[in-house]
Amino acid sequence: MEIFIINLIGATLRVSTPILLAAIGETYAERAGILNLGIEGTMFFGAFIGFFVADKSGSLWLGFLIAVLSGVIFGLLMALLTVTLGVNQHVSGLGITMLCTGLSLFAFRLNYGGRSIPPSIESFQQLAPFKNIPWLNTLTEQYLFTYIAFLVIVPLAWWLLYRTSFGLKIRSVGENPEAADAAGVNVFAVRYAALAIGGGLMAAGGAFLSLAQLGAFTHGIIAGRGWVAIAIVIFGNWNPVRAMWGALIFGGASALQLRLQTMGLQLPIPYETFLALPYIVTIIALVLAGRNASYPAALLKPYRRE
Amino acid sequence: MYIVDMLGITKTFGELVANDNVDFQLRKGEIHALLGENGAGKTTLMRILYGLYRPDTGIIKVAEQPVEIHSPKDAIANGIGMVTQHFALVPPLSVAENIVLGNTDGFVVNRAVIEEKVGAAAHRFGIEIDPKSLVRHLAVGQRQRVEILKALYRNARVLILDEPTAVLVPQEVDALFETLNRLKADGLSVIFISHKLHEVTQITDRVTVLRDGKLIGTVDTKGMSQSQLAAMMVGRETFGVTRKDEQHQQQPVTLHIDNLCAKNDQGMPALTNICLEVKAGEILGIAGVGGNGQKELAETLCGVRECASGSIQLEGKELIGQTPAGFTQAGVGRIPEDRHEGMVGDLTVTENLALEHLNEYTRSGVLDHKAIRNRAEELIRQFQIKARPNDPVRTLSGGNMQKVLLARVLSRDPKAVIVPQPTRGLDVGATDYVRQQLLEQRDRGAAILLISEDLDEILALSDRIAVIYEGEIVGILPAGEATPERLGLLMSGAVKEH
Repeated sequence: MEIFIINLIGATLRVSTPILLAAIGETYAERAGILNLGIEGTMFFGAFIGFFVADKSGSLWLGFLIAVLSGVIFGLLMALLTVTLGVNQHVSGLGITMLCTGLSLFAFRLNYGGRSIPPSIESFQQLAPFKNIPWLNTLTEQYLFTYIAFLVIVPLAWWLLYRTSFGLKIRSVGENPEAADAAGVNVFAVRYAALAIGGGLMAAGGAFLSLAQLGAFTHGIIAGRGWVAIAIVIFGNWNPVRAMWGALIFGGASALQLRLQTMGLQLPIPYETFLALPYIVTIIALVLAGRNASYPAALLKPYRRE
Repeated sequence: MYIVDMLGITKTFGELVANDNVDFQLRKGEIHALLGENGAGKTTLMRILYGLYRPDTGIIKVAEQPVEIHSPKDAIANGIGMVTQHFALVPPLSVAENIVLGNTDGFVVNRAVIEEKVGAAAHRFGIEIDPKSLVRHLAVGQRQRVEILKALYRNARVLILDEPTAVLVPQEVDALFETLNRLKADGLSVIFISHKLHEVTQITDRVTVLRDGKLIGTVDTKGMSQSQLAAMMVGRETFGVTRKDEQHQQQPVTLHIDNLCAKNDQGMPALTNICLEVKAGEILGIAGVGGNGQKELAETLCGVRECASGSIQLEGKELIGQTPAGFTQAGVGRIPEDRHEGMVGDLTVTENLALEHLNEYTRSGVLDHKAIRNRAEELIRQFQIKARPNDPVRTLSGGNMQKVLLARVLSRDPKAVIVPQPTRGLDVGATDYVRQQLLEQRDRGAAILLISEDLDEILALSDRIAVIYEGEIVGILPAGEATPERLGLLMSGAVKEH
């Protein structure tokens, strides 16, 4: 039983990582007042381009770097559409998701054809700092990105948002851009920056899946994780640390359902029920926590100086 | 020496000339009023000075040096701060965070440090505010103090206040004036945008008057009477409403309110046993300090708020239990306190005028656009609404919006009219118009319940005056016996007269 639980916690951390990265990225975008529905597509493109570059160049790190860069670019594209041109945020975001998905699938088809077995690469290795202590090893044998996400990105994102002038600007721009403008804050630049950071984190989450967790690229690689991340942002009340708890809840349910599937084969329950579990848990968590959600007041509103 | 010189400023928006070759000069250490009716171009001129608009032509000098002000940032750098009508504050942030926003020393923001710095600045300028509190928890008057402190914290030498008293209760106005006088003594220059004459004569040293975007003149406040200033502002010597005093003793009671009780939005009792009678052809004024149940009273009398107990009778017919539409149908005219609440901003003037009576313009489910249009044109003429029938209502000035509301309600010849704060935020001309309309309704024989926080308005219009305090009517006086002093005592809850 202890083994099961330790195993489960270890898996939870692994499964949560991509969602955590994406959710923090979305938190930054929304805190600045932009709902980035391009998240699902940005993750998908990050997963693809990371895989593709790594496969062609032989360097996993180059693949990861290009993936993050692509996310930054799509974040800036979102900024161009919503901040500069003032296009509806829902339409822009969904458009970017469709664009990213289409581009990825098209490029994938051109380069790998229509195979039944997805191409794979030698993925990132997990770190094992406590090799000699079996139970601790089960828990801590993780990818470097998982360590970075939980130990660096989360505290850094929180600190940046609540303890620096840049974070103060992001929060004010998402709440009352008129006030921020009157105070001498460059609303447009801050929103561009927040979307660029957010896009980079989203794509990093996608690349984690293809370069580390799976070592392959498939059509269903993201499987709605971007949308889950949006729910987690609301669950987390636009706070990176609370978003981490949300990501862990989803990750925990995902890890649990994988294990239930293998254990529950004798039960007369279709395995799809287990597949649905994390999403159901997310919905319940959102319903419980989302009622008190205090949305950034300027979310969805383009800012224009009169 | 002038600290600010604005010379030959012209600014147009499309075909509208908002500022037409305006000169404005501000001395160091003075409080300078910028006076004019709504739409005279006061705010535009100041938004130019603060970098929110760019002038088409004109020169701006600060301390005799020509400057280019492209953004608020440039204005702040030149020592100019502005407190706009809609506060530029971020409600979920603390006072200290709001004040340092865009003006932080380094990248890292240490809460304890900024709170201490802001606290010290507040102490230095004599502005009482807790730097730790969240802005969303503050009352309007406190938020204004945060705005002023924000400007001073950035070393403003010139403070622009855009209609600062519009949102304040009288006590807060006194506190504001005290602060301004102290700051003036410290050498700060204040530009005070207003259309309230008694405030201008009370607090300012000089007055610049604008009318229709043009400079009318700059004068020393001392020696100017309110009516002289008003004449400069509106371009005619006398203004005010003409009132015929008549006896209404013999008239029947139209609106009879008995033991009315209602709760506020928080579920707390807001009205306690209100008993009032309004006769046909009478204006009953309800005086009181804001927030003593006026809003709830108006809403209950229009059927918008549910009453807890009591009765509302219109010509003997009980209205309690009716829907708001039922109230209107029965003959209650409702002019909402918040103009924007009574209309749909994106719909046209024509559509808004028909809004409450759509069923009358409907034939087998289809709107009769021609009839609606004809009616609208007639009302626009009759009520002198300065707008075209197809203009969206949100593009209208406050005065014209109010005229649309008045036209919609008063053209139905309602038996009773409930008017809370009918002239709030309106300029002198529009205020006159609204008051004149109410008097005409009275002469027609309507029973009018006028709820207003403006004592002058109550005294000018009412036949009888009731005072509301903490949801209770604490006294009812005939207009002839009412003096500001006597009403003031009642309004403060110090005495009760029954």
